[in-house]
Amino acid sequence: MNIKRWIAVLLLAFSSALAAQGNLEIDSPAIAALKGAMQQRHARLAPLYAAGAVGQAADGTIALRDASSVPLAQRGQVNSLIAAENADRLALYREIARANDHPEWEADVRRTFAQRWIDRAQPGWWVQRGGSWVRK
Amino acid sequence: MRLALAAVLLTTATACVTINIYFPAAAAEKAADRIIEEVWQLQESSRPAAEASDAAEGESKQ
Repeated sequence: MNIKRWIAVLLLAFSSALAAQGNLEIDSPAIAALKGAMQQRHARLAPLYAAGAVGQAADGTIALRDASSVPLAQRGQVNSLIAAENADRLALYREIARANDHPEWEADVRRTFAQRWIDRAQPGWWVQRGGSWVRK
Repeated sequence: MRLALAAVLLTTATACVTINIYFPAAAAEKAADRIIEEVWQLQESSRPAAEASDAAEGESKQ
């Protein structure tokens, strides 16, 4: 009788622990704002990805891969586009860690994203693997 | 017997707390995918080519 009760408590403890680990909170207003800004910027970045001028770096950011494919007059604009995107990406990683009450997860979130940006990059885009650029 | 069960329960509870401190890699991957799909708009995978041309204009805001 008593044992059954203990087992029930044990199972309950297990199930609630599992449920708590199912998802990461990504619905904070700060995350939504960053997502919106990045989505808008993507319209300008996508052609640069496709042209190989900009690639997905191994550290969860984007980087100028081939400056020569960008006309000199536009390099400044491309550089500020990259800087703005990277600032948002880093803020996104920080905000996700904070939204889950684990600010110390920031580096892990960044590592996870770095891998997923590269995995999900479209054919023809450049990604950084093992220190060198590879065309998908 | 009851003592043993109490010990098991305590160990389990402690283990659960410990697990929660570790980074939930699978959940993070899922979350990353959801955000990447939204940012890159991967659902409607074929973007109109016309949008590509305004990248050359650069970012006017900056």
